[in-house]
Amino acid sequence: MAKFKKKNKTEENIPTSALPDIIFMLLFFFMVTTVLREQELLVEQKLPQATQLQKLEKKSLISYLFLGKPKNPSVYGTEPRIQANDRLISTGDIIQWVNEEKDKLSEAEREQIYISLKADRDVKMGPVADIQLELREADARKILYASVGKVNQDD
Amino acid sequence: MPRKKSRMSQEVNAGSMADIAFLLLIFFLVTTTIASDKGITNVLPPKIDPNQPPPEIDKNERNIFKILINSNDQLLVEDDFRDNTDGLDQEVKEFVMNFGEPDQENIDLFNSLPPVLKAQANRDPESSDHPNEAVVSIKTNRGTSYDLYLEVLDKVKKAYYEIYAERVGLTADEYRALSSRTAAEKELMDRGKENLPMAISIAEPDKGGE
Repeated sequence: MAKFKKKNKTEENIPTSALPDIIFMLLFFFMVTTVLREQELLVEQKLPQATQLQKLEKKSLISYLFLGKPKNPSVYGTEPRIQANDRLISTGDIIQWVNEEKDKLSEAEREQIYISLKADRDVKMGPVADIQLELREADARKILYASVGKVNQDD
Repeated sequence: MPRKKSRMSQEVNAGSMADIAFLLLIFFLVTTTIASDKGITNVLPPKIDPNQPPPEIDKNERNIFKILINSNDQLLVEDDFRDNTDGLDQEVKEFVMNFGEPDQENIDLFNSLPPVLKAQANRDPESSDHPNEAVVSIKTNRGTSYDLYLEVLDKVKKAYYEIYAERVGLTADEYRALSSRTAAEKELMDRGKENLPMAISIAEPDKGGE
């Protein structure tokens, strides 16, 4: 009878040397697709939900205005405040801020500036309307009401 | 001469490398935000010149679809009271595509539309004359919640995008995803909204009730 010898040559260790490479690939993917938090948020931000979302094509044209209740009510009070860049501003400062933002753009793009209004969903229309009025005065009329997609369509 | 020892293992132990990379990955996950530049776009009206008298508004009542929202978040849509926005998109759509009394130019527009949209024209004499005249007006109060305002704006936008999308035979989601980067997509986009202006008027809110 022929002798059948079981082959016992298989290695027990699974080679894991490729694992770091895979993880690094994941890491690079995240580094490329995300942005570092540019500024610290001083106001609360729970964006409202909507369904008809659009994505803006040129990121460099967007400037952000945040609107919401201050996170630190003992210093800034409880009324909704506007945050531009790193500080809280009042409604009257918006025109100056828009002009500063426009100056950062090139001559040809200056009129195409987009203001992304990141307003908290608990804010009332009063401050939002004030901002809109100031933006009209500052001639920055393109506005994006930042919102997140609705998860279930039927509520 | 003593022989060189070649007993040392050739491989460096790289088992913990994955852990280190994982730590880095988790650090990035925590400190970054995925860019979310999505939202509802809108163009504000130009600023008012104090030297110019306000423009005369000679629009017929029937050409304006009025949505009023008060500080208790109650709606008055075309003089009907309601407390939610259900079905608003459909009503806006019917209003815009009504073709009550189109002039020659808009009869041509009507004839160029696909049958899906033609079927929506109710030709109600009480509703809008033609899409070029139709205006959707949203008026809020200073005390209206931003959430509801955006919900209403969302529904109105939805109505328009559905019209555009049906015109070029896409779904609304596909239409919104079009970008002007490629010529073919841009052409499709322009064909959708040609002669159908998205006229949404946002009136300044009432004072009081904040």
